[in-house]
Amino acid sequence: MTAGSNQTPLLEVRNLRVEFPTRRGTLVAVDDVSFSIAPGEVLGVVGESGAGKSLTGAAIIGLLEPPGRIAGGEVLLEGERIDNLPYERMRRIRGARIGAIFQDPLTSLNPLYSIGRQLVETIQTHLPLSAAEARKRAIDLLKEVGIPAAESRIDHYPHQFSGGMRQRVVIALALCANPRLIVADEPTTALDVSIQAQIIALLKRLCREHGTAVMLVTHDMGVIAETADRVAVMYAGRLAEIGPVRDVVKNASHPYTRGLMGSIPSLGVRSERLTQIDGAMPRLTAIPTGCAFNPRCPEAGQRCTVERPDLMPAGVTRAACWLYAPGGVGAALTREAANA
Amino acid sequence: MDWYRRAIDSDIWWSFKSSTTTVVAASVTLFIFAMAFLAPILAPHTPFDPATLSLSDGLRPPVLFSPEGDWSFPLGTDDQGRDVLSAIMYGTRLSLEVGFAAVIAAMLIGITLGLISGYVGGAIDAVIMRVADVQLTFPAILVALLIDGMVRGIISVKRHDEIAIYVVVGAIGLSFWVQYARTVRSSVMVEKNKEYVQAARVIGLSPMLIMVRHVLPNVTGPVMVIATINLGLAIITEATLSFLGVGLPSTEPSLGTLIRLGNDMLQSGDWWVSLFPGVTLAVLVLAVNLLGDWLRDALNPKLR
Amino acid sequence: MLAFVLRRLAQSVAVLLTVGVVAFFMFRYVGDPINAMVGQDTSLQERDELRQKLGLNDPAPIQFLRFIGNAAQGKFGLSYRTSEPVGRMILERMPATLELSFCAAMFSLLVGVPMGVYTGLYPRHWSSKLLQAVSLIGVSLPTFLVGILLILVFAVFLRLLPSFGRGETVDIGWWSTNFLTTKGLLALIMPSITLGLFQLTLIMRLVRSEMLEVMRTDFIKFARARGLSNRAINFGHALKNTLVPVITIAGLQLGAIIAFAVVTETVFAWPGMGQLFIQSVQFADIPVMAAYLMLIAFLFVVINVIVDLLYFLVDPRLRSQGGAARVSGH
Repeated sequence: MTAGSNQTPLLEVRNLRVEFPTRRGTLVAVDDVSFSIAPGEVLGVVGESGAGKSLTGAAIIGLLEPPGRIAGGEVLLEGERIDNLPYERMRRIRGARIGAIFQDPLTSLNPLYSIGRQLVETIQTHLPLSAAEARKRAIDLLKEVGIPAAESRIDHYPHQFSGGMRQRVVIALALCANPRLIVADEPTTALDVSIQAQIIALLKRLCREHGTAVMLVTHDMGVIAETADRVAVMYAGRLAEIGPVRDVVKNASHPYTRGLMGSIPSLGVRSERLTQIDGAMPRLTAIPTGCAFNPRCPEAGQRCTVERPDLMPAGVTRAACWLYAPGGVGAALTREAANA
Repeated sequence: MDWYRRAIDSDIWWSFKSSTTTVVAASVTLFIFAMAFLAPILAPHTPFDPATLSLSDGLRPPVLFSPEGDWSFPLGTDDQGRDVLSAIMYGTRLSLEVGFAAVIAAMLIGITLGLISGYVGGAIDAVIMRVADVQLTFPAILVALLIDGMVRGIISVKRHDEIAIYVVVGAIGLSFWVQYARTVRSSVMVEKNKEYVQAARVIGLSPMLIMVRHVLPNVTGPVMVIATINLGLAIITEATLSFLGVGLPSTEPSLGTLIRLGNDMLQSGDWWVSLFPGVTLAVLVLAVNLLGDWLRDALNPKLR
Repeated sequence: MLAFVLRRLAQSVAVLLTVGVVAFFMFRYVGDPINAMVGQDTSLQERDELRQKLGLNDPAPIQFLRFIGNAAQGKFGLSYRTSEPVGRMILERMPATLELSFCAAMFSLLVGVPMGVYTGLYPRHWSSKLLQAVSLIGVSLPTFLVGILLILVFAVFLRLLPSFGRGETVDIGWWSTNFLTTKGLLALIMPSITLGLFQLTLIMRLVRSEMLEVMRTDFIKFARARGLSNRAINFGHALKNTLVPVITIAGLQLGAIIAFAVVTETVFAWPGMGQLFIQSVQFADIPVMAAYLMLIAFLFVVINVIVDLLYFLVDPRLRSQGGAARVSGH
């Protein structure tokens, strides 16, 4: 670690590999994924469902559901390795240094306890505060996330709040111990469109004020474009492209990212019509050799079907695509050849 | 339709083969069934023919537990000199007969009432379902006891022994019908509003007939599961009734009756007369229950 | 909440009335109340007079109301078998059954719930699998067989515990109790285990499956993500969320225990209501059967009302929505 801790990334993920042993062999759900998040930065992680983005988040907070497991690589938080910590030490990091927000605010809260109790127990787990101090902090947090009349609402139960209000409570719970990083897994997917924007704005404001970094996992490019500083695109468990959000949206390098951006109405360059990517993401049981995207890629060459590309500089972003390697994609590939 | 059915069958076969417990349970069940139904051929004695009994054979202990044992009575004898093994074989047969008959009775009552309740609806439905609710609040054994007691009130207690087996079948059948009725009723409620039923009504076909043709095949799976699970319960209930002395009479003893008769000799240390029928009963019910559990999981993977 | 309570009360009354109708028909039409009161040589004319005097020729609805009114005061007529007042016969035997049922219920809850929690939290551990297998055997063993096996081992072979009767009892007013003497307590052990074992296995299996289900919910995952300790998650969050279904079943099971006491009391010659009921079935003693039926129905209804009230203590969703949405999801 260098003294200028500005340069030390808050979170660093190196060659992460997540496996699911099943009866029919081992599935690789996250394959050789590396990225880092700087303090205060918002990293968006996008991809279709099944691309491995949520599992990457779960692996970072150490809550992969068995039989899923980290089979390789490392996760470092402020330079300290956390993927191999014993359960009890990792537990003390969760909530304290890494907060989490899940998709569905309706099911994230225990229906049988008041939100105050759930806040206070989280605060007291991580901070040495008395019950009264913890309650005061809980009220302050609720005010901060925009719950009106926080002093009286604190004793209400989850079912007495609307979906949007519940997600605010969830955010307050994630912020209880002022973590440096929040892993937000589809935080707006379950909400009404009109509420989504409010929640995203809130999240953005809070993180700026607290200097909290966010790993924002979503399949919604609109949310990413509005919130993230940088964006990572995942495909079939692998990182396809990573770079500053503006560049990825406007000048994507990876053919998959281009297809993805072209399919979004508000983001696509004002072309005549929306584009679409032919085919579907492969199942984890049948990932093609070489680049996982090659059967669907309009620009694939011979090399793409054989050799797997690593992330490489591609304009302003970094992309896992042979287009940007010195040798290119090799001989042109006809569809027939690819299918043969 | 045919290939579909075959696929289902093979799936079930596969899940059957892959569960050792189930295979063992099935083998045990088959063994007990064979032993029971072939009793007249296999049993070494005819235990309830008084002419063949000799009091001098009374209360012989089982061979493996005492030197006084006699190999012609491998599991010992009771105070009358009856061979326990033969009594168990004949008793198991009766227990199984009553169990099956009671399950079939419950099935018939339940399916009929379920069809009527779901199809006719209104007040009749309300009455049937209310009775079902109330009955479900009480344990089946209590319902069976009440029915048994009422029958004894209507006919004279003396004549009761002659028809005991029918009374027991009826009482158990009447205490297990609710589950079938509920399953069938809910299926009828779904089918009733489907277009083919409406169409049938329009062209003047009896919708009831169509319901019976279309709904019954739909509920075969669940009904079979309930029936298998109920078989174990019915056997236990019959045994309990007989043990309490209100089931099958001692002239025609089922496993439960045998245990009751043996229970009187328990205090004096002649344990085998009641223990062996008891073990047979427990093993039989356990095996049938395991099969029922497996069938439920195999036919409805969503449940687990 | 008031609407909910009222609706539940109405349902309870409906159950009691249905059972009342059944009991009335048994009492009035299955048996003949006159036979119990007069001798063999009473003439037909005298019988008719008595019939008239007792109102047995009145229209059925009026007789039914009279029957219910009497039942509410504990008057169920005379036993055919002993010619004693049925109400008093049952009352004399009630303490024996209630004490036995109480001990059995305590046994099944205090052992069954912890075992269910343990096997639910550590489903892969070998001891959980063993408990699970043993519980299946427990479900398959008929109650009376358990009793016989216990008697065989602990009374016949080991001679440790008494095999029949209540041992020594102490009278407190009209209530005779087992709890105040050593012999009484010893006599309670085997019957309680026999009666409670089946319910124990049921409760254990239920708590286990509920626990497994709750552990999969999002709010448990989120509680982990909040960094709560295992202890807080398992016992603070998970266990409390299994309580609603467990209370429901435990309530029903308590009722079932009182009813199943019929079998246990016969095995152990326990002088309770159950034994009385069996004797009345054997002798077709209709008034006792009818009274027992009404009493059991009444106990069930009381238990159900208590269970409903417990829901309100456990689940805040019911408190505020008046129970309109019983959403515990089954």
